[in-house]
Amino acid sequence: MSALFDWLLALSALALGLASVAARSRFAAIALFIAYGVLVSLLWVRMGAVDVALAEAAIGAGLTGVLMLQAAPGASAGPAPRLRALPVAVAAATAAALMVAVADIGRAPGETLGARAMAELGRAGADNPVTAVLLSYRGWDTFLETVVLGVALVAVWALAAEAQWGGPATARQRVRPAGLLSTFGRLLPPVGLVTGAYLVWTGASAPGGAFQGGTVLAAMWLLAMMADRVAAPATGSAAIRLLLVAGPALFLAAGLLGTAFGTMFGWPPGFEKPAVLAVEFGLAVSIAATLALLVVGPPQLGR
Amino acid sequence: MSLFADPFALLGALLVAVGFAGLVGGADLVRRLIGFNVAGSGLFLMFGGLSGRMLGAPLPTGPDPVPQAMVITGIVVALAAIAIGIALARGLETVAPPDE
Repeated sequence: MSALFDWLLALSALALGLASVAARSRFAAIALFIAYGVLVSLLWVRMGAVDVALAEAAIGAGLTGVLMLQAAPGASAGPAPRLRALPVAVAAATAAALMVAVADIGRAPGETLGARAMAELGRAGADNPVTAVLLSYRGWDTFLETVVLGVALVAVWALAAEAQWGGPATARQRVRPAGLLSTFGRLLPPVGLVTGAYLVWTGASAPGGAFQGGTVLAAMWLLAMMADRVAAPATGSAAIRLLLVAGPALFLAAGLLGTAFGTMFGWPPGFEKPAVLAVEFGLAVSIAATLALLVVGPPQLGR
Repeated sequence: MSLFADPFALLGALLVAVGFAGLVGGADLVRRLIGFNVAGSGLFLMFGGLSGRMLGAPLPTGPDPVPQAMVITGIVVALAAIAIGIALARGLETVAPPDE
């Protein structure tokens, strides 16, 4: 029965993915893509990977959807995709090659990394093995990932015209005083702030973490900005820039401190969990600010 | 292992192809980026599905945490790439509006 459900879910996701790529208007493509993201998130739940499902729903479907909608002001730009022979042939060949791999790969001959990760969980400072991998075993990787987010934001800002560099970002939509956006802009942020903080806190022992919680916090800030409840910040403000780098800087400092205990990104013995939680909260705040400003886009472009 | 052991990896493989076709076949910049994203999420699903299979029996806490963490990293980096792509597309359309 559950296998049948999985197959139906997979078929629906495939149909939505196809429909989104082949949609006639840009808006329809984005709407279908968001629905597709939600189904992909459900598939991750079915695989038992709740951490990934949360990230996919919050970032892959939600934030990416809002980001794309920014570029679709009423536009149905461009014709529907043309089916040219060469791309279709290459896509079909790719599918065939990947399916051979899917059919061929079976059980790993030896112990997997996952089993070894579980064995050392006590020293990693998190009961949630995914958080342990992100913040302890692969701390260097995750640190650089947060740096990538910051570099992406600099790249987006750099697209602003010379005169607008450092100016305020524009997130404001046309807001009717008692309309849906205005109401949600007031009602949702308090609930979302608590949910986001909870997701960061619980990430050490249950599904959640800095990225998932940070995305919820980012969404709340975006909502408040779009509903004109708070002003979008000046991208040149020192306070904002400090907020953006504080999390990665804290992570790097904690990582360097780890060298005193034997290894880069190793946590002080006996204080593993407080260290992980402190880094998680620091990261979540910077990730939230970075993601929200990434979605807002360059300061004043084309307005 | 058969191709139809579970839907996840197979779906991922097909989505990579669908996304790729959208990426190179689309005339509209935003829909090309959607194709890029569909291919990316397909790759993640394939990775997740295959890792579950390689583990044999799931660990007491569920599927292998290492691929999960790598996919979360991938999702975040994909968003960063899409943000730059959308900002570039918006800039291009401000300079040269799409004709229709």
